[in-house]
Amino acid sequence: MIKKTPLYNLHIQHGAKMVEFAGYQMPIQYKSGIIQEHKFTRENAGIFDVSHMGQLFITGSDQLTNDLEKIFPVNLKNLKINQSKYSFLMNEQGGIYDDLIITKLKDGYLIILNAACKKQDFEIIKKKLDDKYELNLDESLSLIALQGPKAKDVLGKVVSNITNLKFMNGGEFEYDNSNIYITRSGYTGEDGFEISIDNKKAEKFVDQLINYGAKLIGLGARDTLRLEAGLCLYGNDLDEKTSPIEANLKWAIPKSRVDSDYPGSNIIKKQIDDGVKTLRVGIKPETRVIARGNTKIFDKNDKEIGKVTSGTFGPSVECSIAMGYVENNYSPTNTKIFLEVRGKKVPANVCDLPFYKKNYVKGEKNV
Amino acid sequence: MSEVKFSKEHEWITLEGEVATIGITKHATEMLGDIVFAELPEKGKNVEKDGTAGVVESTKAASDVYTPISGEVVDINQSIVDDPAKINEDPEGAAWFFKLKVKDLSELDTLMNKEEYEKFAKETSS
Repeated sequence: MIKKTPLYNLHIQHGAKMVEFAGYQMPIQYKSGIIQEHKFTRENAGIFDVSHMGQLFITGSDQLTNDLEKIFPVNLKNLKINQSKYSFLMNEQGGIYDDLIITKLKDGYLIILNAACKKQDFEIIKKKLDDKYELNLDESLSLIALQGPKAKDVLGKVVSNITNLKFMNGGEFEYDNSNIYITRSGYTGEDGFEISIDNKKAEKFVDQLINYGAKLIGLGARDTLRLEAGLCLYGNDLDEKTSPIEANLKWAIPKSRVDSDYPGSNIIKKQIDDGVKTLRVGIKPETRVIARGNTKIFDKNDKEIGKVTSGTFGPSVECSIAMGYVENNYSPTNTKIFLEVRGKKVPANVCDLPFYKKNYVKGEKNV
Repeated sequence: MSEVKFSKEHEWITLEGEVATIGITKHATEMLGDIVFAELPEKGKNVEKDGTAGVVESTKAASDVYTPISGEVVDINQSIVDDPAKINEDPEGAAWFFKLKVKDLSELDTLMNKEEYEKFAKETSS
């Protein structure tokens, strides 16, 4: 059966076009459309229902930290309470089962998982932890992302004391006589927050955000926003056959962990030392043609050198943008490549990511 | 100008003398969402009824544009290629796609009138 999030009725009220995504009925867009929603998020504050994502709580102390470091290539010992890191759940071949955000809590960890992967992730993590800890993939909580330059102002009107929260940090806050957990994070290239809140209070909370000027934004704009920001979508740009090194996400694996043991660590170390055969790059077609996922990439001699994994029109950068994997020697910026779209070879260039860089608007200093 | 006719692929067509103007319907643009790319046939090309004659892409996906009748492409609307957002703004007016020198006028008889199309669009979208 297709699940609904606690915000389902609110989506319908606001004219959402619903689609099935990862087993949930989710809004792809509302009445104003993807481009307007995208631009609104970049200029104001967009509300994203991401309640379909998994919120996995694992309870434990120092031994849990040790055990989780055997699963995730991240430095959890140095992580302060309420600090978050981006990481991966990997297989023995160094491929990615899921990409995730892990946050240290007072009594354990919170891991945010992709909706389509969360059940499998839960089983893998539970097995690797030998059932020594309490794991709770908490379905009683909704997850709301509030993204955009005005996110802090809007949220500040509903919840007190959030402005001191630093990026990739979280904390408990009070809302409607209960505790909610907020992290300053997101997946749009904008400043923003993710709010974990009791299902029963989610609709009221979102209604308040709307009253203070934020708007609901669908999955369509979430995809164009994350792609402009150069961020990967699991299932498109990352999968079980692709390693974080190939995905150009080496920055997420700290040096202190390169020589230690985690699933796929031997392969990752070898890839860091010897390089990889293919690498994820940003791609800008020279025309308006959109190169969707699976578009084949060629060099000027018609040799096939890779494929596109995500592609769309970027509403803020106002051009066609894509990401994909190419053979390593074609990965330098400005390398000329060709994309085969509907039988024609479209010229394109490898480019730096992200496509969209935050312009600090008037009144805010460039820091 | 003749009565507007419609195809099951959500194109509209009007006839002036032996030249037909073809575009996509408002209903089609509403289903597609924001259009960000348009590709049109080349001038001088002969297209066959129900054959592919172009492409439109929204932020979400690509869709073929078909020609509801056969003929030779005598003009294309470059302005929608340069600014595809125009298609959402005025799909059944300024944002026409291409003009054909009609090969067989009787092909028009296979198409729907406005009333029939509106009924068809309503049934197929629910």
